[in-house]
Amino acid sequence: MSHHQLDARRMLCPMPVIRTQNFVAKLPAGDTVDVLCTDPGALHDIPAWCRIHGHEIIGTQEQDGELMISVRVGINAD
Amino acid sequence: MLATQAMLEQGIHVEGINFYTGFCVEGHTHAIRKKDKAKPKRNNALWVAEQLGIKLHIIDVIDEYKDVVINPKHGYGSNMNPCLDCKCFMVRKAHEWIKEHNFDFIITGEVVGQRPMSQRRDTMPVIQRESGAEDRLLRPLCAKILPATLPEREGWVDREKLFDFNGRGRKPQIALAEKMGISDFAQPAGGCCFLTDAAYSGKLADLWSARGERRYELDDIMLLKVGRHLRPRPHFKIIVGREEGENRFLEGYRKQFTHLYTISHPGPLVLLDGEANNDDLQLAAQLTARFSQGKMAETVRVELHEKGAAKRELDVAPLTNEEIPVEWYL
Ligand code: SF4
Repeated sequence: MSHHQLDARRMLCPMPVIRTQNFVAKLPAGDTVDVLCTDPGALHDIPAWCRIHGHEIIGTQEQDGELMISVRVGINAD
Repeated sequence: MLATQAMLEQGIHVEGINFYTGFCVEGHTHAIRKKDKAKPKRNNALWVAEQLGIKLHIIDVIDEYKDVVINPKHGYGSNMNPCLDCKCFMVRKAHEWIKEHNFDFIITGEVVGQRPMSQRRDTMPVIQRESGAEDRLLRPLCAKILPATLPEREGWVDREKLFDFNGRGRKPQIALAEKMGISDFAQPAGGCCFLTDAAYSGKLADLWSARGERRYELDDIMLLKVGRHLRPRPHFKIIVGREEGENRFLEGYRKQFTHLYTISHPGPLVLLDGEANNDDLQLAAQLTARFSQGKMAETVRVELHEKGAAKRELDVAPLTNEEIPVEWYL
Protein backbone atom coordinates (compact mmCIF):
# COMPACT_ATOMS: atom_id res chain seq x y z
CA MET A 1 0.00 0.00 0.00
CA SER A 2 1.53 3.27 -0.96
CA HIS A 3 1.05 6.84 -0.04
CA HIS A 4 0.90 9.54 -2.70
CA GLN A 5 0.68 13.27 -2.97
CA LEU A 6 -1.23 15.21 -5.60
CA ASP A 7 -0.70 18.90 -6.16
CA ALA A 8 -3.88 20.69 -7.25
CA ARG A 9 -2.96 24.07 -5.81
CA ARG A 10 -4.15 27.20 -7.65
CA MET A 11 -6.63 25.11 -9.59
CA LEU A 12 -10.26 26.01 -9.43
CA CYS A 13 -13.02 23.49 -8.95
CA PRO A 14 -13.78 21.18 -10.57
CA MET A 15 -10.14 20.76 -11.69
CA PRO A 16 -8.97 19.42 -8.29
CA VAL A 17 -11.77 16.83 -8.44
CA ILE A 18 -10.86 15.86 -12.01
CA ARG A 19 -7.21 15.50 -11.03
CA THR A 20 -8.14 13.40 -8.01
CA GLN A 21 -10.48 11.24 -10.10
CA ASN A 22 -7.86 10.58 -12.78
CA PHE A 23 -5.11 9.95 -10.24
CA VAL A 24 -7.15 7.62 -8.04
CA ALA A 25 -8.29 5.63 -11.08
CA LYS A 26 -4.74 4.28 -11.43
CA LEU A 27 -4.38 3.22 -7.79
CA PRO A 28 -5.18 -0.03 -6.02
CA ALA A 29 -7.59 -0.11 -3.07
CA GLY A 30 -6.01 0.84 0.21
CA ASP A 31 -3.54 3.36 -1.20
CA THR A 32 -3.78 6.83 0.25
CA VAL A 33 -3.46 10.21 -1.44
CA ASP A 34 -2.98 13.65 0.07
CA VAL A 35 -4.53 16.17 -2.30
CA LEU A 36 -3.15 19.67 -1.87
CA CYS A 37 -5.40 22.45 -3.05
CA THR A 38 -6.28 26.09 -2.56
CA ASP A 39 -9.86 26.33 -3.84
CA PRO A 40 -12.11 26.03 -0.77
CA GLY A 41 -14.73 24.46 -3.05
CA ALA A 42 -12.57 21.31 -3.04
CA LEU A 43 -13.40 20.80 0.63
CA HIS A 44 -16.92 20.14 -0.49
CA ASP A 45 -16.42 18.57 -3.89
CA ILE A 46 -13.67 16.02 -3.21
CA PRO A 47 -15.54 14.44 -0.28
CA ALA A 48 -18.76 14.40 -2.37
CA TRP A 49 -16.89 12.72 -5.20
CA CYS A 50 -15.41 10.20 -2.75
CA ARG A 51 -18.80 9.32 -1.28
CA ILE A 52 -20.21 8.70 -4.76
CA HIS A 53 -17.33 6.46 -5.80
CA GLY A 54 -16.76 4.59 -2.56
CA HIS A 55 -13.50 6.17 -1.44
CA GLU A 56 -12.87 7.38 2.06
CA ILE A 57 -11.81 10.76 3.37
CA ILE A 58 -9.37 10.14 6.17
CA GLY A 59 -8.67 13.72 7.08
CA THR A 60 -8.60 17.34 6.05
CA GLN A 61 -6.24 20.06 7.18
CA GLU A 62 -6.10 23.73 6.47
CA GLN A 63 -3.01 25.87 6.83
CA ASP A 64 -2.32 29.36 5.48
CA GLY A 65 -5.04 29.11 2.87
CA GLU A 66 -3.79 25.72 1.70
CA LEU A 67 -5.87 22.62 2.11
CA MET A 68 -4.84 19.01 2.36
CA ILE A 69 -7.53 16.42 1.79
CA SER A 70 -6.49 12.84 2.50
CA VAL A 71 -8.24 10.09 0.60
CA ARG A 72 -8.08 6.31 1.04
CA VAL A 73 -8.83 4.57 -2.25
CA GLY A 74 -11.82 2.22 -2.05
CA ILE A 75 -12.27 -1.20 -3.59
CA ASN A 76 -14.57 -0.12 -6.35
CA ALA A 77 -12.15 2.34 -7.83
CA ASP A 78 -12.77 2.85 -11.51
CA MET B 1 -32.05 14.79 -12.91
CA LEU B 2 -35.63 13.79 -13.80
CA ALA B 3 -34.55 11.91 -16.90
CA THR B 4 -32.06 9.91 -14.82
CA GLN B 5 -34.58 9.19 -12.10
CA ALA B 6 -37.02 7.96 -14.76
CA MET B 7 -34.36 5.50 -15.96
CA LEU B 8 -33.47 4.40 -12.44
CA GLU B 9 -37.15 3.70 -11.81
CA GLN B 10 -37.07 1.36 -14.79
CA GLY B 11 -34.21 -0.53 -13.16
CA ILE B 12 -31.57 0.78 -15.56
CA HIS B 13 -27.99 1.32 -14.42
CA VAL B 14 -27.07 4.96 -15.06
CA GLU B 15 -23.79 6.81 -14.56
CA GLY B 16 -23.41 10.53 -15.07
CA ILE B 17 -20.92 12.36 -17.23
CA ASN B 18 -20.16 16.00 -16.66
CA PHE B 19 -18.00 17.85 -19.15
CA TYR B 20 -15.83 20.64 -17.90
CA THR B 21 -15.28 23.20 -20.66
CA GLY B 22 -13.72 25.98 -18.59
CA PHE B 23 -16.80 28.14 -19.06
CA CYS B 24 -19.02 26.29 -16.61
CA VAL B 25 -20.75 28.38 -13.99
CA GLU B 26 -19.75 26.25 -11.04
CA GLY B 27 -18.40 27.43 -7.75
CA HIS B 28 -15.40 29.27 -9.24
CA THR B 29 -16.34 32.82 -8.92
CA HIS B 30 -17.87 32.08 -5.56
CA ALA B 31 -14.66 30.47 -4.48
CA ILE B 32 -12.69 33.46 -5.64
CA ARG B 33 -14.80 36.27 -4.27
CA LYS B 34 -14.59 36.61 -0.57
CA LYS B 35 -18.00 38.17 -0.17
CA ASP B 36 -19.51 35.01 -1.62
CA LYS B 37 -17.76 32.81 0.92
CA ALA B 38 -20.99 32.14 2.75
CA LYS B 39 -22.71 30.79 -0.36
CA PRO B 40 -22.65 27.04 -0.82
CA LYS B 41 -19.83 26.11 -3.14
CA ARG B 42 -21.15 22.74 -4.06
CA ASN B 43 -20.63 21.35 -7.49
CA ASN B 44 -24.10 20.95 -8.85
CA ALA B 45 -23.39 17.86 -10.92
CA LEU B 46 -21.81 16.05 -7.96
CA TRP B 47 -24.69 17.07 -5.77
CA VAL B 48 -27.27 15.77 -8.23
CA ALA B 49 -25.37 12.50 -8.66
CA GLU B 50 -25.29 12.02 -4.93
CA GLN B 51 -29.01 12.70 -4.59
CA LEU B 52 -29.71 10.13 -7.29
CA GLY B 53 -27.19 7.63 -5.95
CA ILE B 54 -25.27 7.34 -9.21
CA LYS B 55 -21.60 7.64 -10.09
CA LEU B 56 -20.45 10.79 -11.82
CA HIS B 57 -17.45 11.14 -14.10
CA ILE B 58 -16.15 14.64 -14.64
CA ILE B 59 -14.26 14.97 -17.88
CA ASP B 60 -11.89 17.76 -18.79
CA VAL B 61 -12.67 18.81 -22.37
CA ILE B 62 -11.08 22.26 -22.11
CA ASP B 63 -8.80 21.87 -25.12
CA GLU B 64 -11.15 20.05 -27.44
CA TYR B 65 -13.94 22.46 -26.61
CA LYS B 66 -12.01 25.43 -28.00
CA ASP B 67 -12.93 24.52 -31.54
CA VAL B 68 -16.61 24.50 -30.57
CA VAL B 69 -16.42 28.05 -29.21
CA ILE B 70 -14.14 29.38 -31.91
CA ASN B 71 -15.75 27.84 -34.99
CA PRO B 72 -19.32 26.86 -34.30
CA LYS B 73 -20.81 25.41 -37.44
CA HIS B 74 -24.30 26.38 -36.34
CA GLY B 75 -23.35 29.81 -35.03
CA TYR B 76 -23.96 31.44 -31.69
CA GLY B 77 -27.06 32.07 -29.61
CA SER B 78 -27.83 35.51 -28.25
CA ASN B 79 -24.30 35.82 -26.83
CA MET B 80 -21.17 33.76 -27.49
CA ASN B 81 -22.98 30.54 -26.66
CA PRO B 82 -22.64 27.95 -29.41
CA CYS B 83 -25.37 25.80 -27.83
CA LEU B 84 -26.18 23.53 -30.74
CA ASP B 85 -22.55 22.75 -31.57
CA CYS B 86 -21.92 22.34 -27.86
CA LYS B 87 -24.69 19.76 -27.49
CA CYS B 88 -23.45 17.84 -30.54
CA PHE B 89 -19.94 17.89 -29.12
CA MET B 90 -21.00 16.69 -25.67
CA VAL B 91 -23.20 13.92 -26.98
CA ARG B 92 -20.37 12.86 -29.28
CA LYS B 93 -17.98 12.71 -26.32
CA ALA B 94 -20.57 10.81 -24.30
CA HIS B 95 -20.99 8.39 -27.17
CA GLU B 96 -17.24 7.76 -27.27
CA TRP B 97 -17.32 7.23 -23.51
CA ILE B 98 -20.15 4.70 -23.56
CA LYS B 99 -18.41 2.69 -26.27
CA GLU B 100 -15.24 2.61 -24.23
CA HIS B 101 -17.02 1.65 -21.04
CA ASN B 102 -19.55 -0.80 -22.48
CA PHE B 103 -22.71 1.13 -21.85
CA ASP B 104 -25.65 0.77 -24.24
CA PHE B 105 -27.11 4.21 -24.70
CA ILE B 106 -27.08 7.87 -23.68
CA ILE B 107 -29.82 9.89 -22.05
CA THR B 108 -30.13 13.66 -21.74
CA GLY B 109 -32.68 15.82 -19.98
CA GLU B 110 -33.56 17.73 -23.15
CA VAL B 111 -37.12 18.75 -23.80
CA VAL B 112 -38.39 19.68 -27.26
CA GLY B 113 -38.94 23.42 -27.51
CA GLN B 114 -37.35 24.28 -24.20
CA ARG B 115 -34.46 26.30 -25.55
CA PRO B 116 -34.66 28.47 -28.64
CA MET B 117 -31.48 27.21 -30.24
CA SER B 118 -30.50 23.76 -29.19
CA GLN B 119 -33.75 22.16 -28.12
CA ARG B 120 -36.06 22.70 -31.05
CA ARG B 121 -37.87 19.90 -32.75
CA ASP B 122 -35.73 20.34 -35.86
CA THR B 123 -32.43 20.43 -33.96
CA MET B 124 -33.07 17.23 -32.01
CA PRO B 125 -32.17 15.01 -35.01
CA VAL B 126 -29.18 17.26 -35.78
CA ILE B 127 -27.67 16.38 -32.40
CA GLN B 128 -28.31 12.68 -32.96
CA ARG B 129 -26.73 12.78 -36.38
CA GLU B 130 -23.77 15.07 -35.82
CA SER B 131 -22.77 13.46 -32.55
CA GLY B 132 -22.75 10.05 -34.18
CA ALA B 133 -24.91 8.70 -31.34
CA GLU B 134 -27.87 8.33 -33.74
CA ASP B 135 -30.62 6.30 -32.11
CA ARG B 136 -28.58 5.46 -29.06
CA LEU B 137 -29.54 8.88 -27.77
CA LEU B 138 -32.72 8.84 -25.73
CA ARG B 139 -34.46 11.89 -24.26
CA PRO B 140 -36.74 10.33 -21.65
CA LEU B 141 -38.61 13.58 -20.92
CA CYS B 142 -39.91 14.02 -24.46
CA ALA B 143 -39.34 10.57 -25.95
CA LYS B 144 -43.02 10.01 -26.64
CA ILE B 145 -43.18 12.82 -29.14
CA LEU B 146 -39.99 11.73 -30.91
CA PRO B 147 -39.39 8.64 -33.04
CA ALA B 148 -38.60 5.51 -31.02
CA THR B 149 -34.90 5.02 -30.37
CA LEU B 150 -32.92 1.80 -30.17
CA PRO B 151 -33.37 1.29 -26.41
CA GLU B 152 -37.12 1.67 -26.85
CA ARG B 153 -37.33 -0.63 -29.85
CA GLU B 154 -35.20 -3.26 -28.17
CA GLY B 155 -37.37 -3.11 -25.08
CA TRP B 156 -34.46 -2.08 -22.79
CA VAL B 157 -36.63 0.85 -21.85
CA ASP B 158 -40.42 0.91 -21.60
CA ARG B 159 -41.47 3.74 -23.92
CA GLU B 160 -44.88 3.87 -22.30
CA LYS B 161 -43.33 5.02 -19.06
CA LEU B 162 -41.48 7.89 -20.70
CA PHE B 163 -42.80 11.43 -21.15
CA ASP B 164 -44.12 13.84 -23.74
CA PHE B 165 -43.00 17.19 -22.33
CA ASN B 166 -42.64 19.99 -24.76
CA GLY B 167 -42.28 23.76 -24.77
CA ARG B 168 -40.80 26.21 -22.34
CA GLY B 169 -43.26 25.69 -19.50
CA ARG B 170 -41.76 23.84 -16.58
CA LYS B 171 -44.95 22.87 -14.78
CA PRO B 172 -44.96 19.23 -15.90
CA GLN B 173 -41.33 18.88 -14.83
CA ILE B 174 -42.05 20.35 -11.44
CA ALA B 175 -45.06 18.05 -11.02
CA LEU B 176 -42.95 15.05 -12.01
CA ALA B 177 -40.20 16.08 -9.58
CA GLU B 178 -42.78 16.18 -6.82
CA LYS B 179 -44.09 12.78 -7.75
CA MET B 180 -40.55 11.41 -7.70
CA GLY B 181 -39.96 12.94 -4.29
CA ILE B 182 -37.32 15.34 -5.56
CA SER B 183 -37.79 18.54 -3.62
CA ASP B 184 -34.63 20.50 -4.39
CA PHE B 185 -34.91 20.35 -8.12
CA ALA B 186 -31.81 22.28 -9.08
CA GLN B 187 -32.21 22.99 -12.74
CA PRO B 188 -30.78 26.22 -14.04
CA ALA B 189 -33.37 28.26 -15.90
CA GLY B 190 -30.77 30.10 -17.98
CA GLY B 191 -27.64 28.75 -19.55
CA CYS B 192 -25.23 26.43 -17.87
CA CYS B 193 -22.16 28.42 -18.78
CA PHE B 194 -20.60 31.86 -18.90
CA LEU B 195 -20.96 32.00 -22.67
CA THR B 196 -24.63 32.87 -22.26
CA ASP B 197 -23.66 35.91 -20.18
CA ALA B 198 -23.62 39.17 -22.14
CA ALA B 199 -20.87 40.84 -20.09
CA TYR B 200 -18.65 37.79 -20.24
CA SER B 201 -19.21 37.35 -23.97
CA GLY B 202 -18.30 41.00 -24.50
CA LYS B 203 -14.99 40.45 -22.72
CA LEU B 204 -14.26 37.37 -24.78
CA ALA B 205 -15.02 39.25 -28.02
CA ASP B 206 -12.72 42.05 -26.84
CA LEU B 207 -9.93 39.58 -26.15
CA TRP B 208 -10.16 38.17 -29.64
CA SER B 209 -10.32 41.51 -31.37
CA ALA B 210 -7.36 42.83 -29.36
CA ARG B 211 -5.27 39.79 -30.23
CA GLY B 212 -6.36 39.84 -33.83
CA GLU B 213 -7.20 36.14 -33.67
CA ARG B 214 -9.83 33.91 -32.18
CA ARG B 215 -7.86 31.90 -29.71
CA TYR B 216 -7.81 31.41 -25.94
CA GLU B 217 -6.07 29.53 -23.18
CA LEU B 218 -7.68 28.34 -19.98
CA ASP B 219 -6.01 31.15 -18.04
CA ASP B 220 -7.56 33.73 -20.38
CA ILE B 221 -11.08 32.53 -19.86
CA MET B 222 -10.56 32.15 -16.12
CA LEU B 223 -9.32 35.71 -15.87
CA LEU B 224 -12.38 36.95 -17.76
CA LYS B 225 -14.43 35.80 -14.78
CA VAL B 226 -12.43 37.80 -12.29
CA GLY B 227 -11.97 41.48 -11.52
CA ARG B 228 -12.77 44.66 -13.33
CA HIS B 229 -11.46 44.73 -16.91
CA LEU B 230 -10.54 48.03 -18.56
CA ARG B 231 -9.02 48.52 -21.97
CA PRO B 232 -7.53 52.05 -22.11
CA ARG B 233 -5.60 51.35 -25.32
CA PRO B 234 -6.17 48.79 -28.07
CA HIS B 235 -2.89 47.04 -27.28
CA PHE B 236 -3.34 46.51 -23.56
CA LYS B 237 -5.94 46.01 -20.88
CA ILE B 238 -5.80 45.86 -17.12
CA ILE B 239 -7.52 43.53 -14.70
CA VAL B 240 -8.20 45.06 -11.30
CA GLY B 241 -8.96 42.85 -8.31
CA ARG B 242 -12.20 44.00 -6.68
CA GLU B 243 -11.60 42.54 -3.27
CA GLU B 244 -9.25 40.39 -1.25
CA GLY B 245 -10.34 37.06 -2.70
CA GLU B 246 -9.86 38.27 -6.26
CA ASN B 247 -6.52 39.86 -5.41
CA ARG B 248 -5.35 36.57 -3.99
CA PHE B 249 -6.49 34.77 -7.11
CA LEU B 250 -4.75 37.29 -9.37
CA GLU B 251 -1.56 36.92 -7.34
CA GLY B 252 -1.21 33.47 -8.86
CA TYR B 253 -0.66 35.17 -12.23
CA ARG B 254 2.05 37.61 -11.15
CA LYS B 255 4.83 35.71 -12.89
CA GLN B 256 3.01 35.70 -16.22
CA PHE B 257 1.93 39.33 -16.29
CA THR B 258 3.27 42.81 -15.78
CA HIS B 259 1.55 43.81 -12.56
CA LEU B 260 1.13 46.81 -10.32
CA TYR B 261 -0.07 47.64 -6.82
CA THR B 262 -0.05 50.68 -4.61
CA ILE B 263 2.41 50.84 -1.73
CA SER B 264 1.55 54.19 -0.16
CA HIS B 265 -2.10 53.17 0.26
CA PRO B 266 -3.98 49.88 0.46
CA GLY B 267 -5.23 48.91 -2.96
CA PRO B 268 -5.85 46.14 -5.46
CA LEU B 269 -3.49 44.01 -7.47
CA VAL B 270 -3.62 44.97 -11.14
CA LEU B 271 -2.51 42.73 -13.99
CA LEU B 272 -1.61 44.21 -17.34
CA ASP B 273 -2.36 42.09 -20.39
CA GLY B 274 -0.76 43.17 -23.67
CA GLU B 275 2.20 45.28 -24.69
CA ALA B 276 2.75 48.53 -22.85
CA ASN B 277 5.25 51.31 -23.48
CA ASN B 278 6.33 53.80 -20.82
CA ASP B 279 3.31 56.07 -21.31
CA ASP B 280 1.01 53.07 -21.05
CA LEU B 281 2.71 51.95 -17.86
CA GLN B 282 2.27 55.42 -16.44
CA LEU B 283 -1.41 55.31 -17.33
CA ALA B 284 -1.78 51.84 -15.82
CA ALA B 285 -0.16 53.15 -12.62
CA GLN B 286 -2.60 56.06 -12.50
CA LEU B 287 -5.49 53.66 -12.92
CA THR B 288 -4.07 51.42 -10.21
CA ALA B 289 -3.96 54.48 -7.95
CA ARG B 290 -7.56 55.33 -8.87
CA PHE B 291 -8.79 51.96 -7.65
CA SER B 292 -6.82 52.17 -4.40
CA GLN B 293 -7.75 53.86 -1.17
CA GLY B 294 -5.51 56.71 -2.24
CA LYS B 295 -7.83 57.71 -5.06
CA MET B 296 -8.38 61.14 -3.46
CA ALA B 297 -4.70 61.69 -2.66
CA GLU B 298 -2.52 63.98 -4.70
CA THR B 299 0.08 61.35 -5.39
CA VAL B 300 0.15 57.66 -4.82
CA ARG B 301 3.21 55.46 -4.92
CA VAL B 302 2.82 52.43 -7.15
CA GLU B 303 5.15 49.48 -7.44
CA LEU B 304 5.49 48.27 -10.99
CA HIS B 305 6.73 44.80 -11.85
CA GLU B 306 7.27 44.75 -15.55
CA LYS B 307 7.54 41.28 -17.03
CA GLY B 308 11.20 40.49 -17.47
CA ALA B 309 12.43 43.73 -15.82
CA ALA B 310 13.42 44.90 -12.36
CA LYS B 311 10.67 46.37 -10.21
CA ARG B 312 10.23 50.14 -10.15
CA GLU B 313 8.36 52.62 -8.05
CA LEU B 314 6.28 55.37 -9.64
CA ASP B 315 4.69 58.37 -7.96
CA VAL B 316 1.52 59.17 -9.84
CA ALA B 317 -1.65 61.25 -9.60
CA PRO B 318 -4.69 58.96 -9.51
CA LEU B 319 -7.02 59.40 -12.47
CA THR B 320 -10.37 60.87 -11.60
CA ASN B 321 -13.64 59.23 -12.59
CA GLU B 322 -14.12 61.86 -15.28
CA GLU B 323 -10.80 60.95 -16.80
CA ILE B 324 -11.85 57.34 -17.30
CA PRO B 325 -14.14 57.06 -20.33
CA VAL B 326 -16.91 54.50 -19.84
CA GLU B 327 -15.81 52.76 -23.04
CA TRP B 328 -12.67 51.63 -21.22
CA TYR B 329 -14.77 49.37 -19.01
CA LEU B 330 -15.29 45.98 -20.60
S1 SF4 C 1 -25.31 27.18 -22.33
FE1 SF4 C 1 -25.03 24.97 -22.18
S2 SF4 C 1 -25.42 24.20 -24.25
FE2 SF4 C 1 -25.08 26.42 -24.42
S3 SF4 C 1 -22.91 26.63 -24.85
FE3 SF4 C 1 -23.13 26.77 -22.64
S4 SF4 C 1 -22.81 24.66 -21.89
FE4 SF4 C 1 -23.20 24.55 -24.07
